[in-house]
Amino acid sequence: MPSVCFYFQVHQPYRLRHYTVFDEDHRYFDTFKNRAICQKVANKCYLPTNRLILELIKRYEGKFRVAYSITGVLLEQLAEYAPEVMSTFDALARTGCVEFLAETYYHSLSFLYSRDEFKEQIIKHMDTIEHLFGQRPRIFRNTELIYSNELSEAIEQMGIFDGVITEGADKILGGRSPNFIYRPPQEGKVKLLLKNYALSDDIAFRFSNRGWCEWPLMAEKFSHWVNRVNGNGYVVNLFMDYETFGEHQWEDTGIFDFMRQLPDEIMKHPDNNFKTPSEVIKSYPATDVVNVPALISWADTERDLSAWLGNAMQSNALHELYRLEQRVKKTGDSSLLSDWRKMQSSDHFYYMCTKWFSDGDVHKYFNPYDSPYDSYINFMNVMGNLEKRCGKSHQGRQRAVKQLKAEVNS
Amino acid sequence: MLGWEFPPFISGGLGTACYGLTKAMSKLGLDVTFVLPRAIQMENPSTCVKMRTPADVNDGKTEWEICEEGLRNIKFKAIDSALRPYATSETYRHEVEEMIRNKQKLCGMDGGVVGMEEIGSQAHYSGDMYTEVHRYAASAVKLAMQEDFDVIHAHDWMTYPAGIAAAAASGKPLVVHVHSTEFDRSGEHVNQMIYDIERAGMHAADKVIAVSYLTRNIILSRYGVPGDKVEVVYNGIERNGNGFGCGKMDITRDEKIVLFLGRITMQKGPEYFLGAAKKVLEIMDNVKFVMAGSGDMMRRTIELAAELGIGSKILFTGFLRGEDVRKVYERADLYVMPSVSEPFGIAPLEALNHDVPVLISKQSGVSEVLTHVLKADFWDVNEIANKIIAVLKYPPLQMTLKEHGNFEVRKLKWEDAAEKCRQIYLQLIERAVCV
Repeated sequence: MPSVCFYFQVHQPYRLRHYTVFDEDHRYFDTFKNRAICQKVANKCYLPTNRLILELIKRYEGKFRVAYSITGVLLEQLAEYAPEVMSTFDALARTGCVEFLAETYYHSLSFLYSRDEFKEQIIKHMDTIEHLFGQRPRIFRNTELIYSNELSEAIEQMGIFDGVITEGADKILGGRSPNFIYRPPQEGKVKLLLKNYALSDDIAFRFSNRGWCEWPLMAEKFSHWVNRVNGNGYVVNLFMDYETFGEHQWEDTGIFDFMRQLPDEIMKHPDNNFKTPSEVIKSYPATDVVNVPALISWADTERDLSAWLGNAMQSNALHELYRLEQRVKKTGDSSLLSDWRKMQSSDHFYYMCTKWFSDGDVHKYFNPYDSPYDSYINFMNVMGNLEKRCGKSHQGRQRAVKQLKAEVNS
Repeated sequence: MLGWEFPPFISGGLGTACYGLTKAMSKLGLDVTFVLPRAIQMENPSTCVKMRTPADVNDGKTEWEICEEGLRNIKFKAIDSALRPYATSETYRHEVEEMIRNKQKLCGMDGGVVGMEEIGSQAHYSGDMYTEVHRYAASAVKLAMQEDFDVIHAHDWMTYPAGIAAAAASGKPLVVHVHSTEFDRSGEHVNQMIYDIERAGMHAADKVIAVSYLTRNIILSRYGVPGDKVEVVYNGIERNGNGFGCGKMDITRDEKIVLFLGRITMQKGPEYFLGAAKKVLEIMDNVKFVMAGSGDMMRRTIELAAELGIGSKILFTGFLRGEDVRKVYERADLYVMPSVSEPFGIAPLEALNHDVPVLISKQSGVSEVLTHVLKADFWDVNEIANKIIAVLKYPPLQMTLKEHGNFEVRKLKWEDAAEKCRQIYLQLIERAVCV
């Protein structure tokens, strides 16, 4: 009776423009590039895939169901650069077959550096989702599926979530199957959904790889693999970047046709069905505890944080950024706060990663910089300007207060 | 192997490259006869490579052996010639006379490669380098007849005519190794004579080795050499002497050092270095810019520094060697190479070898092999300054560049370059047999 649970991650950061130490204005972001990328991905992925999902939901009369986690920074950009995508998401929300998940609004690593900021961003994201799509998320996914016992504890304490999504990494499962529901070691109601990375990556990464022995992957074959779970698991969690469809795997690889045929093939087996994360958690009990003392993520083969925290530049940039938190917030300057928060997107630190750099890895595809060093320099130059603004606003406010006092006295 | 300079007679990267390559070939078990177009006069015999000169070997043979470990399979031959890369005609004439005097002392003995007659007959010409290049070629032919070898490998234009002649005389394949071209050295104001020699050499060769794809492109586009004849073999670097580098000088002064090390000529872009320095000094004050090297733009560069009003922040050290180079690297926070055109550029590798982070121009061959360095267009003074400031301001950046850069540079080995050359030799020999 495996349920297939699709969750798609939808995110684009605000990329920084080339900002030198000589620049003094507050325009940090590359509007031209961000618009161009947003529109390109909208045309290649978001629009066609949303239409396909909508078509499938209608065809199967609600039996086909999926979940999305859309970051706040992408929602902002879509509203500005590709509003037609927003209306298709809206249409999806209205079907009642789509669940929206909660995450940090800015796709940030704030959990690691500031719990206050972490919670503020989650609430901001939930408010936005509720405002746009009329549902308040019940499931949380952290940036890059970064997770540890501490995270589930923090989420439990917030008291508003039923479950957390993370990676079904071998090192936390220790030979157990990711196809069951788990719970963290501490007491509470939060359950864990673990990504079935083998089957997820068959679609997300290997689908078009002609060197792969299973190529070409057809819906029928994939369903056969899902059926094998029958009797040995409740759910197959297929979690992936939404850009898999049309952007990472181009249309001519047949990815859309695969997806179009998949529900039919899956539901040929009478025990199978599709469920959203919340439905999965309601339907099945937690079978066991997973203990995750050290942080994990869904990145690379290491499944650790080294893509964002692997070198001195990355940790320095992150520390410098969060060091400014109080000063930024004290200014009460909303545009400064928004700029500072946009700088928190994990992508900025991913660009500074040196571990894959020499090998000319596929990661380069996602990187707007020539080198991790360029990305660090650019980031730090913007930080320098951001910090100046904190100081200035602070002094400016004091000056204003003094003036006011002087006026009152006179 | 026909060379032009070899340590200790060294005025630039070419000697270093020949030394590294030859040594690595020797390790691979190749027998190399290294021919220098040079009247050997030991000015500075205290370096690691010991050579015996024709003058102190009284049998008059222009052949000597290197005592250094690792150069066992290598014979050195000097063809008596006063050829020097950057000689003036005056010093040249002086040397020719000196050489004739030496030769006369040896008269009657079994005269080495170049017989007395040739010296006598040709010593009267007025002495320009080009004629000398051809005279050297004539001598190389004689040498080619006497020696037993499989391949001729000629380094840079001064040895091309010799290579062509020796190949013609011996029927052996010719490999021409391009370390730099006239376009790199002189921009668009090429010396037609040198260009012609280079072109003839590349076209006559059975294979052309370029030190980078940048250089390969120039060879293809400017010299019209067919692409399948040109192979790229990157230079390497020797890991040496870094063991004692851990005891870095105690830097008490709170001043950062940015280093330019190379000939101060058009090719190396000294004016862009100064332009960037000016920009850096607008933002931060505690920086000194060291320009180590000399060259024909030295005076203009000093004047330019004064014009820009940053004279007190720029230190000119003149040409440095050996221990002084090591010291200046130890003090440096960043090495900058803003070269306008650089076929390869070994100096950045040396800087990385000394744990100094590196900023290089995108217009350099070495930028094809290095990833853990900063890069900028040589003309983009703003960007160069932006990156210099970042390195001086953010220790984590400097640290990461050092760590990864030093690791990366270890992968560039002369052994690999030598192996590639050997493959090329084997190909050529095989082809010769087939024909």
